[in-house]
Amino acid sequence: MKYIDEFRDGERARGLARALQAEARPDRQYRLMEFCGGHTHAVFRYGIPDLLPDNIELIHGPGCPVCVLPIGRLDMAIRLVCDHPEVILASYGDMLRVPGSKRRTLLQARADGADVRMVYSVSDALALARANPQRQVVFFGIGFETTTPPTALGILEAQRSGLDNFSVFCNHVLTPAAMKAILNVPPGAQPGETLEVDGFIGPSHVSVIIGSDAYSFCAGQYHKPVVIAGFEPLDVLQSILMLVRQLNEGRADIENQYTRAVTPTGNRKAQAAVAEVFTLRPSFEWRGLGAIPESALGISDTYKAYDAEQRFDMVYTAAAGTKGCECPAVLRGAKKPTDCKLFATTCTPESPLGSCMVSDEGACAAYFTYGRFRQDAEQRKAEQRAQHKAARA
Amino acid sequence: MNFQAGRRQARKLDLKNGRVELTHGAGGRAMADLIDLMFRRAFDNPLLNQGNDQAAFEVEAGRMVMSTDSFVISPLFFPGGNIGSLAVHGTVNDLAMAGAQPLYLSTGFILEEGLPLAQLAEIVDAMAAAARQAGVLIVTGDTKVVERGKGDGVFINTAGVGRVPAGVTISGDRARPGHKILVSGTIGDHGVAIMSLRKGLQFDTALQSDCASLNDLVARMVERAGGAIAVLRDPTRGGLAATLNEIADQSGTGIRLNEQSLPIRPEVRGACELLGLDPLNVANEGKLIAIVEAQHADALLDTMRQHANGRDAAIVGEVIDDPMHLVRMVTSIGGERVIDWLHGEQLPRIC
Repeated sequence: MKYIDEFRDGERARGLARALQAEARPDRQYRLMEFCGGHTHAVFRYGIPDLLPDNIELIHGPGCPVCVLPIGRLDMAIRLVCDHPEVILASYGDMLRVPGSKRRTLLQARADGADVRMVYSVSDALALARANPQRQVVFFGIGFETTTPPTALGILEAQRSGLDNFSVFCNHVLTPAAMKAILNVPPGAQPGETLEVDGFIGPSHVSVIIGSDAYSFCAGQYHKPVVIAGFEPLDVLQSILMLVRQLNEGRADIENQYTRAVTPTGNRKAQAAVAEVFTLRPSFEWRGLGAIPESALGISDTYKAYDAEQRFDMVYTAAAGTKGCECPAVLRGAKKPTDCKLFATTCTPESPLGSCMVSDEGACAAYFTYGRFRQDAEQRKAEQRAQHKAARA
Repeated sequence: MNFQAGRRQARKLDLKNGRVELTHGAGGRAMADLIDLMFRRAFDNPLLNQGNDQAAFEVEAGRMVMSTDSFVISPLFFPGGNIGSLAVHGTVNDLAMAGAQPLYLSTGFILEEGLPLAQLAEIVDAMAAAARQAGVLIVTGDTKVVERGKGDGVFINTAGVGRVPAGVTISGDRARPGHKILVSGTIGDHGVAIMSLRKGLQFDTALQSDCASLNDLVARMVERAGGAIAVLRDPTRGGLAATLNEIADQSGTGIRLNEQSLPIRPEVRGACELLGLDPLNVANEGKLIAIVEAQHADALLDTMRQHANGRDAAIVGEVIDDPMHLVRMVTSIGGERVIDWLHGEQLPRIC
């Protein structure tokens, strides 16, 4: 298949693996975070860890929108459909299975009689609103910069066509703010609580929208290299090699491996639609990362008529997760899924206890679905890392 | 009420414009008409024509196998077949996966009020043709009608019996480390052909369902090296992934596939890329997996490739020792990953 097979070619992959073996210096660790859940998925689906030297460690970042949404926001959606029988909640499928407070899901709310529909896009939600003029259709908008422009266009379309029974429960979040939160050492942090990241494998689709320039703070403020990578296995391998070379040379540049889709400035038209409809929230709660200033979008005053939070007086209340669930630490990159006691015991994709086991892009689901046999190797690498750490200290 | 509702003067059924009515299931004259003119016309054979509530036949010494399957597919018609041909192929294949020669089928129809009789005739004719092709007789049957809205056009159940040749012991728990894994052709064709017609997913493809009876292919394989075949299974719902996981569980072994040797049509790969699906999870209706002793693998592969239903057969992996009983795959880039059961539903009701 053209444009696919070229990026999954075994011979080229072995070539990149040989280059990595040759160039990765044995006297150091390379701790590279793939920010995006799509990359986590690709890493495990293609077995990329098998091609890497042991001292290159991939840390799975928080770039999975379903995973980072805090339980309190999910509770808001569940309360909305339970308290307002006139509401049809239109949501992407993954959201329906994430457990909220008391492990209650939107699917259970639906079984109890609430009207929750799975949609593939905001256009489906608009169609529902048109087909049900006597009902209120609320689109559960979640996602990073990739899904934000379609939500913006949905609101603009609702306004243009006078679709008054449509609104959006907006949970769109911002990638650069989350990267800053990961790089900022929290005041009073204990050693070991903070995350040492040497560089980032930058998001693919998010970068198509925001452009590679959006990450310049990483290089400037934090001296961390970023290589924006495509989602195919050779993209990921090549990006890892580019990061290793930067680190070996002491450079911290923003490089773009995914040149077939990403430009320095991104998609201006999409950015304009987002700027028109949304406004920065002063602060937003992330699962695992806590409250991060200016890290999420709300609906601007001009379009407040389409803001479900205002229309239905929805109120956020922080809520605690399942006891023992390590999703927050996994999302920070501070723990591996296999470090969690619940992993593959009580928490599985069939009955997930935490959000990271629900979405395909969640690190726990990727480990479980594709990487379970790797537990021995994980153990070996963890011991090696501990030795490196002890040697440094 | 059985098909053998009694011999009587048959009246006419309006096959052009008529529809299934509740009276067609009520046990009266309308039902007798439907049975005579729809089912007996198509399935005609001496055992059915005995006209009893059951079919009586002689049995030989040896092992028999029996199987049943229900078909609730939507849409009813798809490129390469319809629910009728599928209902015959499905049960014939379930019998054949024991190495058996299928002999007799029964069938039960649950019809929804309002189903056009022309559609029913097309389905029934397809069943009859599929049965003829597979060399099995449909010897007894049943029909019920449910009110409009309580069915999905037509649901069909088939059950069947078959005879296992002497010296053949094929079972899901007989895979052993070192055995080779063969598939009889390209995977995912049926599932993708059906999905292309689904509301909300519609896309154009020239792809046909692979829906076919595999008993003749199995008979050739059994002739060649029946004693060397440990496991046969048709990877229907859940695809290759689910079927191999079942076998690994049953046999208490691991399985390792090689991604590059998997036969997958470019159209299927393309559609799966677009829809975010894995061809390994997509249903097949005319393919089988054979797990065989290594020294006979090439001979069996050769036999399969000489058959119309096995032209694209390939050796795709091997059975390994693994206390976790995992199915894993060496990927195109040389890494390794688990091939898991599908979590939740990929898409509803495609077989």
